[in-house]
Amino acid sequence: MQEEGSEQQALGPLDQLRSWVNEQVLERITIGDWIESLVDWISANLEPLLVGIEATIRALVDVTEAALLYPLWITAVFVILGAWLKLGRKAGGIALVAAAAVFSLGFFSEAAKALLWFSPPWMLALLVVVAGLWRVGWRFALFAAVAVGLIFSMELWPETIRTLSLVVASSIAALIIGLPIGVAMSRSNRVEMVVRPILDLMQTMPPFVYLIPAAIFFGLGTVPGAIATLIFAMPPAVRLTNLGIRQVSQEHVEAGQAFGCTPRQLLFKIQLPLAAPSIMQGINQTIMLALSMVVIASMIGAGGLGATVLTGIQRLQVGLGFEGGLAVVFLAILLDRISQSFGQRRRGQGSGWGLLQWFFRGRQAGDKSAA
Amino acid sequence: MTEKLVVEDLYKIFGPKPERAMELLRQGYDKNEIFARTGNTVGVREASFSVQEGEVFVIMGLSGSGKSTMVRMLNRLIEPSYGHVYLDGQDITQMSQSELIAMRRQDMSMVFQSFALLPHKTVAENAAFGLDVSGHSAAEQREKALRALEAVGLAPNADSYPDELSGGMKQRVGLARALATDPTILLMDEAFSALDPLIRTEMQDELLRLQQEHSRTVVFISHDLDEAMRIGDRIAIMEGGSVVQIGTPEEIVSNPANEYVRSFFYGVDVSQVYSAGDIADRRRVTVIQRPGMDLRSALGRIQNYAGDIGVIIDRNRRFQGLVSAESLTRAIRQSPGGDYPDAFLEGVRTVAADTSISDVLGMAAESEYPLVVVDEEGRYSGTISQSTLLLTLDRTQQA
Repeated sequence: MQEEGSEQQALGPLDQLRSWVNEQVLERITIGDWIESLVDWISANLEPLLVGIEATIRALVDVTEAALLYPLWITAVFVILGAWLKLGRKAGGIALVAAAAVFSLGFFSEAAKALLWFSPPWMLALLVVVAGLWRVGWRFALFAAVAVGLIFSMELWPETIRTLSLVVASSIAALIIGLPIGVAMSRSNRVEMVVRPILDLMQTMPPFVYLIPAAIFFGLGTVPGAIATLIFAMPPAVRLTNLGIRQVSQEHVEAGQAFGCTPRQLLFKIQLPLAAPSIMQGINQTIMLALSMVVIASMIGAGGLGATVLTGIQRLQVGLGFEGGLAVVFLAILLDRISQSFGQRRRGQGSGWGLLQWFFRGRQAGDKSAA
Repeated sequence: MTEKLVVEDLYKIFGPKPERAMELLRQGYDKNEIFARTGNTVGVREASFSVQEGEVFVIMGLSGSGKSTMVRMLNRLIEPSYGHVYLDGQDITQMSQSELIAMRRQDMSMVFQSFALLPHKTVAENAAFGLDVSGHSAAEQREKALRALEAVGLAPNADSYPDELSGGMKQRVGLARALATDPTILLMDEAFSALDPLIRTEMQDELLRLQQEHSRTVVFISHDLDEAMRIGDRIAIMEGGSVVQIGTPEEIVSNPANEYVRSFFYGVDVSQVYSAGDIADRRRVTVIQRPGMDLRSALGRIQNYAGDIGVIIDRNRRFQGLVSAESLTRAIRQSPGGDYPDAFLEGVRTVAADTSISDVLGMAAESEYPLVVVDEEGRYSGTISQSTLLLTLDRTQQA
């Protein structure tokens, strides 16, 4: 009798506790509702911010697409900029006039105009093959030629360009946001502690999930696709930047400090160049993730090769789906090998980072002495 | 000689809350007890010494003795916990960040054990690193870097990349990088320890040669007794974070402060380990042979220094001959306007600096005068008398 009684007494509080936990804690945690109200609140109150983001991303995507469609313009801009930065204002001016002269040929000859102002699609294809030859080797250039030829024969070139421009634009945006975060992470353990779980979340969340808020905030089309892509593709760049900088040997950092580097000089002259292979690996990963996400983003109307695959699925056209998929594979291989080649150090050429640095910082030392 | 660098009561305590560890240190607890009680590691405790201008000051100790921490506190790569470091009378520990950076750019540079060269830059660019950081023009960088590379014999490799060089060459680049900014103090952290023994000796000679051409203040960290003895004008020995003895190599060998110091020399057969160059005595009076310096002035110098024998060298320090007060007097009596060769002692023998002591023994026993030690280019590097030799051998027995 006594035993039964004590048993009941023991069960009583446990049940009470359980129902209390259910009512007071578990039922009140409604993550889905919270997220929805957060999304509602954002779209109701942060309209100007959303419009700003949309305009920025749209401009980036448009510029990238234009640059890819008319590669000669962008080449001209780079030549002029390069001449100006490396050789001085006068050389830049001469290059500008020369480029203007070449492009003004278009006013006199229809053929020149077609070639220069509205360069035909094969121009970019040629550039891809040449880039493969320069960065990787002749075998790869041969493969690139075959791949590009097949894409043309499948009549998927415009879609490929669309996908490529989305990939490039969202990768650029992801790097602009991600690299500084990676640098900040490497400099402070506290920042790393905060950012790391967020990156885990970004990477493990099924990519389709990003499409929903992106579509709510920005409607359907290219921009939400690019935004979902940049979120999904950013983590590796952040992670590998952080890791690369943290792995720079203690003695190299000490050498920098011992010769009187300011923290900023230490970052740009020691840490980033030595972390370059790792950072390049991160950039490569970002590009590859962006490619896989862009295909998925076609579900909210981002267009490109993903749309081709989607059509194939919806109409059960195996051939069309396979063609779209194959084009994605070719694009992936080309992007991967060419972007990876920038991470490998070549003696005398430096890494891709060094190349960029050379391009943009070439005259700095000279300028300082003049000042 | 002025005091270039003065270290006063310097402490480094790693870990949080150094105050408590410091309190325990004052009460006389040792490193291990403090670690057990507070979790703080005592890196360096109560270190005081001064480095003279132009000398090679070696800080020697086994790993964990705090010598690397010590050298990093001199340019504040590691913040000292307590104490002061004075450079030309200015307290480095009180400098602001910008003063510190300026000091590192102008006064001190450092050579590292694993070279720490930048693989993406050429040898010349690496050598110019310090100049680049402090904003010199590209032309000036190149010019000074090339001069520094020339000094270490690497000018032909200026446009190579570090991965094309051998270990010894890489460290020459490290040395050139440190010299290019023309610092007054050179900190060398186990600079030659990663090199194989032959190259290490070569680099030591290189450093000594550079010191002869232009003597800088060098603080050299080493765990290697031979190295310390070869290059050090004075040696500080560290044990468990404390400096246990400071002195010239001779003082330390002949009068070790404790068992720890003695243990460095234990079982070392000096006659095999050391070469003639190591024990050569440089304190003898030298007279440089040049016009205007006659026999009489040489005699004056020798008598001034209370020596009996003087060494005549030419301007490139090449050995010419030995003279004694007696031979000089005799030569003056014969022809007052005579030249040095008239007074040279006969039967003087020279030995190469790398001859081992065991080979020198016999020669010293037969020779009437001290043996003259010369390097491979015939430059005078000291003398060995019979008594020097006996003293050296005697130290081995003591140890």
